[in-house]
Amino acid sequence: MTKRMDSSDRRKRRPPVVLVVLAALGLFVFVIPLLGLLARTPWRDLPTLLASDVVVDALRVSLIASLGATAISAILGVPLAWVLARVEFRGRSIVRGLVVLPLVLPPVVGGAALLFALGRRGLIGEPLNQATGLVFPFSIWGVIIAATFVAMPFLVITVEGGLRNLDARYEGAAATLGAGRWTVLRRVTLPMIGPSLAAGLALTWARALGEFGATVTFAGNLQGRTQTLPLAVFVALESDRGAAVALSLIMVVISLTVLIALRQRWWGTL
Amino acid sequence: MPSPIVSEPGEGVRAPLRPNGVCDREGSSVRRNQAITVSVATAALLLSACGGTGNGTGNEILVSAASSLTEAFTEMETAFESANPGFDVVLNIGGSSALREQILAGAPADVFASANTSNMDLVVSAGDVGGEPLIFARNRLEIAVPIGNPGSVTALADFARDELLIGLCAESVPCGEYGQRALHNADVAASVDTEEPNVRALLTKIEVGELDAGIVYETDVASTDGVDGVEIPYGDNVHADYPIAVLAETPNADGAAAFVAFVLSPEGRAILADHGFVLP
Repeated sequence: MTKRMDSSDRRKRRPPVVLVVLAALGLFVFVIPLLGLLARTPWRDLPTLLASDVVVDALRVSLIASLGATAISAILGVPLAWVLARVEFRGRSIVRGLVVLPLVLPPVVGGAALLFALGRRGLIGEPLNQATGLVFPFSIWGVIIAATFVAMPFLVITVEGGLRNLDARYEGAAATLGAGRWTVLRRVTLPMIGPSLAAGLALTWARALGEFGATVTFAGNLQGRTQTLPLAVFVALESDRGAAVALSLIMVVISLTVLIALRQRWWGTL
Repeated sequence: MPSPIVSEPGEGVRAPLRPNGVCDREGSSVRRNQAITVSVATAALLLSACGGTGNGTGNEILVSAASSLTEAFTEMETAFESANPGFDVVLNIGGSSALREQILAGAPADVFASANTSNMDLVVSAGDVGGEPLIFARNRLEIAVPIGNPGSVTALADFARDELLIGLCAESVPCGEYGQRALHNADVAASVDTEEPNVRALLTKIEVGELDAGIVYETDVASTDGVDGVEIPYGDNVHADYPIAVLAETPNADGAAAFVAFVLSPEGRAILADHGFVLP
């Protein structure tokens, strides 16, 4: 037993060369495109580009939409995760499949589906429009809905995982000590799944920030109203490459900063 | 969705560019294309050594063509290949600006057909065109509305009505640039709700009734039963010139010239006219 522990320790100290080489190649796959981006960055014009209307508008739309989508995902996704983790019911695996479907579906398909469901002539959109006058496409709400559709699965599966790993006896103990169901949820369950919740929120937000296909299909593209950072990059690539690179750089910096910060703060143990 | 920008160095490897699956006729791999290129090049060398100018079989002509040419050039390809059995036309369809970027970045192509002259001019000034580009077709703009015209759109002036959902192409693609010019000609301050990345995306949103009106090409309205067209008067309309040219770096100058000649021939013109293009 001791001997086996020793050998595994030694293996930890000196990883196999093949593995290290492959890992380095794997890292290259992620790093090379970033280097390409940096090589094309017009550093001298960068301040002007970053202050331009297109960039500022896109940043604003992107922040509102991604934070809005994260908030909606938290409000609806946590209960969904709780039901999936704690309630036994027929068809649970089907529900779980439906929840993760947006992860594998091409976002353009999601956007088209949203258009057919919630568009002005859509299944639900048309009666809703006649009753209230609401129109989702070509509005910030369309952008938020598209981002929620593609990003909420990250929150649900992460939180559901956290709930499944949580020892239900803690909640049981709190209940026997006289805590009501809300108190248990608020004082025991939520704090204990804190790291999963934070990770889920971060992933959801990051996915919402990068959303493109569903947004352009469902919400359209208009500067200052529905044009997010990825949409602005896509349009600028064919007209103003400097602006496209500047926009891309913003996305890389924001996403990387948040993901690294969160990793150190909450994911240290994961 | 327009093609992503392909930026491969043109090292003679004729990687297939097929963003829209238009040229997915056979699963030809890069390796196979490379083999073909090598064998064609070898054959060309041998033939030229003998004083011949003929083209070997499997002679591929890669044509980069604007999205609005999709149907017309697909038919053009079939007609050209049956008239010239030795050649194999491969279409690379995309937004003119995206195609321009591909060519400027060195992606291999033999022929470029653009939906406006400015993209062609950029390719010409980069020295990537062999010979003079020729205007082979013209297109006009038309207002597209959903079937039944629910927004009662009768002229460009209706584009100023705030209660309507109005779409245009993004200004980075030719149809967006032309659309803005037509609105300017008609002196209309449009209340635009979306600027779609290409003309087909715009057409789709009008077809499904999410937009009340948009400015597209006449040929787009003709290409579908899903929209009605509202004419734009001659004085406000913009005439899109479609130039075509053989590219300077083409390894298949004869084939490329033959295809361009076919597009300009009576047979090619008939195909373009069939699809609603105006002939120069």
